[in-house]
Amino acid sequence: MSIVLFISDLMIPLTIVVIVVYALLKRAPIYDSFISGAMEGMKITANIFPALVGLMVAVGILRASGTLDYIAAFLAPATRLLGFPEDALPLTLMRLVSSSAATGLQLDIYATHGPDSFIGRFVSVMMSSTETVFYTLSVYFMHVGISKTRYVLSGALFANVVSIAASLVITILIFGT
Amino acid sequence: MLNYIWAGMILIGIIVATITGRLDTLTNAALNSAAEAVTVAITMLGVMALWTGLMRVAENSGMIVGIANRMRPLLRWLFPDLDQKSKAMEYIATNMIANVLGLGWAATPSGLKAMEEMQALNPQKDTATKEMCMFMIINMSSLQIVTISVLAYRAQYDSANPSEIIGPGFVATLISTIAAIAYTKYREKRTVFKAR
Repeated sequence: MSIVLFISDLMIPLTIVVIVVYALLKRAPIYDSFISGAMEGMKITANIFPALVGLMVAVGILRASGTLDYIAAFLAPATRLLGFPEDALPLTLMRLVSSSAATGLQLDIYATHGPDSFIGRFVSVMMSSTETVFYTLSVYFMHVGISKTRYVLSGALFANVVSIAASLVITILIFGT
Repeated sequence: MLNYIWAGMILIGIIVATITGRLDTLTNAALNSAAEAVTVAITMLGVMALWTGLMRVAENSGMIVGIANRMRPLLRWLFPDLDQKSKAMEYIATNMIANVLGLGWAATPSGLKAMEEMQALNPQKDTATKEMCMFMIINMSSLQIVTISVLAYRAQYDSANPSEIIGPGFVATLISTIAAIAYTKYREKRTVFKAR
């Protein structure tokens, strides 16, 4: 465990070192490049700001309304038949719209059931193999002004459902219920 | 599509809140979220500038071209009709590497640049190209090998073995990415068939 955490702590410094040393060896301009690149980062952030506000307000409204809890309650009988842990349902829905809210629900599950319970392990695997679909979708497409996203949403949701199903099956196979 | 998703989230939220009498909470949540977006954007401004700066260094030193060259076979299979020497390809390669390594916000600037470059080649500016669809779906299927935040939270809640989920998480990520690519390839074929 400590080795894994050490390597992960090393990840970002190492990436920076590799980039800088490579540029030094190639005698490429470093500081000038950094400054011009950083300037572009500012423009990008300004550009995606409207999409960020729009998304966060929509997610805030959806969360406060409790809609996701109602959807979860509605789906519960069906998921129970599949052996899906019911308490994880709001989290799997939240995972699609908000990373920080999903993390909050994940920690609730750890606190209530423990990280080494069946649901705790399932949630850990699921959070490792899914992304915040709506954030990426809206920020990336809004950045370039695309509104017709064709089969991207269905593809992303399909990948998400596959992730959740795979997480459940793998957790059962490896750790048992 | 984005229009309907956004409108849907807001309208459904407001209707449900009206029925359940949570309108005051909802109003606060909407205003707080808008304010929170400013905080996020300010943090993001610094992180984004750092990574776009480093990315430019890697670009000017030829490192990114090198990475894209190494990933050529994979990229050619995923994006057969995209010019293999294009800037878009370089940013796609950078974004995928950053995602696989779990560099988090370092992946966003290269992803957005990849979208810009693909948009420049797009004849229909309001519609996603098939390359964009492939790129976005792979991106959203999660590519990260080890999700370090999950390990940290497990450790924080006294797990006996926080890292036991690394292997299962990796397999689930792999399965969903393969499923995502298979789905996208299937949709591409169907679209071509329809066009004929």
